[in-house]
Amino acid sequence: MLLFIVFVPIAVALLILAGAPARASAVAASGAVLLATLLAFAGFDGGHAGYQLVTSRLVSADWGIHLAFGIDGLSLIMLLLTSLVTFAAVWFTPSIPEHENAFYACLLLMAGGALGAFASIDLFFFYAFHELALIPTFLLIGIWGTGNRQTAAWKITIYLATGSFILLIGLLLLYRSLPEAARSFDFRLLQKTAGQIPAGMQHHIYLLLLIGFGILISLFPFHTWAPQAYASAPAPAAMLHAGVLKKFGLYGLLRIAIPLLPEGARYWTGLLLVLLLGNIIYVGLVTIAQKRLDWMLGYSSVMHMGYIFLGIAAGNIVGANGAALLMLAHGLSIAVLFAVAGEIRGRTGTLVFSDLGGLAKVMPFAGLVFGLATFAAIGLPGFANFSAEVMVFFGAFHVGADLQHFHAFQVTTVLALWGVVISAVYMLRAYRTIFMGSASEASASATDIGTNLRPPIFLLVGAMLWVGFFPQSLVGRMQGSWRTSFPGK
Amino acid sequence: MSSALPWSILLLPLASAVVILLFTLRSGRVSSFTSVLAALAAFLCSWALFTSENTRAIELTWIDLRPLLYVPLGFVIDGLSKTMLLVVTGVGALIHVYSLGYMRNDAGKSRYFASLSLFMFSMVGIVLSNNFVMMFIFWELVGVSSYLLIGHWFERDAAAEAAKKAFLTNRIGDFGFMIGILMIWSATGSVVFREIAMQMPQIIAHPGFLTIAALLVFCGAAGKSAQFPLHVWLPDAMEGPTPISALIHAATMVAAGVYMLVRVGFLVQSSPAALGVIVWIGTITAVMAALIATQQSDIKRILAYSTLSQLGYMVMAVGLASGEAAMFHLFTHAFFKALLFLGAGAIIIMLHHEQNIWNMGGLAGKLRVTFLTFLVGTLALIGCPPFSGFWSKDAILALAYTRSMPIFVLGLFTAFLTAFYMTRLLVVVFLGKPRTDAARSGREAPIVMTVPLLLLAIPAFLAGFSFVATRFLPLPQEKEAVALVPVLATLAMIAGVTLGVVLYRNREREPLNIALLRKRFFFDEFYTWLIGVTQGTLARLSDFFDHWIIDAGAVRGLSSATWGIGALLRLFQVGNLQAYSFLFGLGIVGLIYFTIFR
Repeated sequence: MLLFIVFVPIAVALLILAGAPARASAVAASGAVLLATLLAFAGFDGGHAGYQLVTSRLVSADWGIHLAFGIDGLSLIMLLLTSLVTFAAVWFTPSIPEHENAFYACLLLMAGGALGAFASIDLFFFYAFHELALIPTFLLIGIWGTGNRQTAAWKITIYLATGSFILLIGLLLLYRSLPEAARSFDFRLLQKTAGQIPAGMQHHIYLLLLIGFGILISLFPFHTWAPQAYASAPAPAAMLHAGVLKKFGLYGLLRIAIPLLPEGARYWTGLLLVLLLGNIIYVGLVTIAQKRLDWMLGYSSVMHMGYIFLGIAAGNIVGANGAALLMLAHGLSIAVLFAVAGEIRGRTGTLVFSDLGGLAKVMPFAGLVFGLATFAAIGLPGFANFSAEVMVFFGAFHVGADLQHFHAFQVTTVLALWGVVISAVYMLRAYRTIFMGSASEASASATDIGTNLRPPIFLLVGAMLWVGFFPQSLVGRMQGSWRTSFPGK
Repeated sequence: MSSALPWSILLLPLASAVVILLFTLRSGRVSSFTSVLAALAAFLCSWALFTSENTRAIELTWIDLRPLLYVPLGFVIDGLSKTMLLVVTGVGALIHVYSLGYMRNDAGKSRYFASLSLFMFSMVGIVLSNNFVMMFIFWELVGVSSYLLIGHWFERDAAAEAAKKAFLTNRIGDFGFMIGILMIWSATGSVVFREIAMQMPQIIAHPGFLTIAALLVFCGAAGKSAQFPLHVWLPDAMEGPTPISALIHAATMVAAGVYMLVRVGFLVQSSPAALGVIVWIGTITAVMAALIATQQSDIKRILAYSTLSQLGYMVMAVGLASGEAAMFHLFTHAFFKALLFLGAGAIIIMLHHEQNIWNMGGLAGKLRVTFLTFLVGTLALIGCPPFSGFWSKDAILALAYTRSMPIFVLGLFTAFLTAFYMTRLLVVVFLGKPRTDAARSGREAPIVMTVPLLLLAIPAFLAGFSFVATRFLPLPQEKEAVALVPVLATLAMIAGVTLGVVLYRNREREPLNIALLRKRFFFDEFYTWLIGVTQGTLARLSDFFDHWIIDAGAVRGLSSATWGIGALLRLFQVGNLQAYSFLFGLGIVGLIYFTIFR
């Protein structure tokens, strides 16, 4: 099952490059992957503590590398996110004037890489699949981007390559610090080594991983690549990267850094709290100042990473569940927002706030779904984001709470809650200027999103509502995942 | 069967909203009937629930992360919630019917009725919630439906701005509310009201903590119930269609804050310090809003400020530690204020969207039913015995009299102002001669609009009598205690009416001109300025910093580092991205190979 999920996109990407009909094959492949993921979801046993659907093939006996896949609740959620957003992104791809086959192949490679990284239970392939997904990202922006695409592509390439590099050094150091007998690439064996690395070494490694993963996630102050890249990227690429691939770093923190380096995580908690507040408050303020929708969405996606970091930093089961769910929720909502933004750009020729207005009149469907995604993004109940944020806030507020004083986590939670006001400010202002009021010159002649483009939007919105109303359907499936990460919490 | 009743009351309106959104958006007619049917059915179910002895409902799980966090979706079904349900669904159903007339020719009729159903769903949810998180969920959803309905005519800039302002102001209140919830949870380990109430002793041992937590929860109520200093959104919310002003921004939603404070009375009343703050916030709101109302000329804004002022009374009652008095006034106010707004709506629509009272005049003879029912509403609002408002306001004033003289005096002063501005409204709109052509050509509203008026006039008159009211809710004890209070209140009312008649009889324009009141104490100007200098400046500074320091600095640093790599690449005669990406992948593999395996 997992082999199918990971390799179908990659194989079909190669077929498309070889000349298969691009759009039809890509839609079929992503649809098949989505179906397979839903099947895996339905058959998943939440009470089970280990990995499920494990397949393992020895690649190199000398080095101990296996092509091994397996999922627990956390990776299940990531697969669900990836397959949903991939399907939507592929479906939403407009007609590409040049190198259409290559475009679809890049999208599928991104998806295949992300799926592979989330399904891998082998450290080597975990890393390698992510690299596989990054390269097509750079190409998508550099070749098919808009605006200042060369600069944007270079910037994201340099940043993310640096991040991957620091991450690699951290992972290698982690591997080498393990006692010789315990060294392994297998997550299942690695988990048993938790705490075997001396505390001082954990501090160093955790910092490297935090910065490496942090750059990939656009942790403040390593975030400036993101808005520009997303503004330049074609909509499907922005959907896939902001929605899915960026979550790789967060997944890595939850999967590797926190369980294997508990001492390091504790040591750097203060730093992480400061940085994540940089994401929430400082980047939130920057977001308010934006004058274009694409930049604003890019910055807002950076800002929301802060909440996921907060859930991770909390280091308890409530916060971790919140973080995991928020990865899914944010991925779905930002995908809808970028998709609609792409359509607005295509139909009005601009994303500058002052040129737009009254679009809800001529694009009622776009107005409806953008409104729904706006509500989701600002954490309104009923949508996935709210149920996730609630858990993040409860999880974070709980750490060290007493009836006498507010400590670091309580103060951070309060400030992060103010971020919810900030995000309402910029999202509602954007909605008000773009969709409400009287129609501007650019908007007057726009046409609505056609019925042929609507199914994937329904799918994403439906998923957001499902998770918002029934978060327990996911939380219950993650019970097993945290037993090893947060024993006794 | 009867344990499914609460769920049907909650889910019927939701089903209606979903059906409209998915299937009947194109047909305003079908949508409106779906929504009205759902509202009527919800009312019948509420009535059935009210008369039954049932106190149980099926409980579901929303989030279960025990032992740390458990959030059920469960109901609290007691006298308080049963009565509140009746008010919400009863007034709601009437306003649904009235909307059939008011919104008859509106292009966005389906959207309107879908939002209205969404509102009913959320409001019922607030009433039934048995825990803080679930209440917060519906609390926010009510905010959304309010946003959607204020912004119903979204092409109008004023409506779009008002919707945004309402939402953001409420968000600020909810910011405090959420912190309060978190604090209480961290102290008791639960979000369920019943369990928190049992654990109160251990919070009471920390009065400082309790006071802050209670005041933060009150923040949420202050946002929703538009208390000073978060009151600024409510008058602007009048940009929405008038039935919305009646239902959401007068009778039910704005009362949700008061309802919530009564529901968590065990928390709020345990902290004398918090009560002290709450009572003064309520009093300030009551007096300030009544003062502003005397100088407005838009009929809906006058009523909006009057709503603020009456909400101030209710919060005052909460602060005087009497949930009964607060709920009593909430109960009567829901009827007479909905009646007044619907009456105003009938006038507005019959005069082709004229809202300025100085462009009306002499309407008493033309809109007979509207006039008579409006008169009933006014008499109830100004507390004329024996109309409903007299009894409930008297209960609050009697409380104030026994607990705090300054509060009582200000309460009495507000009663005087209320009588004054309502008399002004009545005289200018209905009496004298018509001042414009629109007023001259006015005629009575259609029957779907007048029937709700008549139906609301009945409780507006009757709901205060104790033989009626005690069927629905417990009445405060202090009521019979002081004989002086009703006398003083009635005198204040008569003084207000007399002054109003003397000043405004046969006037062509406003005889008084008090800029401070007409400009609403300059709150909006002040807030605009405040947001500009704080948030605006910070945002611009951060943006500058991000662009020119972090981005430029980091990129320069990184690019000089990669400059060397670039030079190296040129040796290979490649400078393009594809080749770089390829080499990048190759390099990674090489690096792994050399570091681990060698």
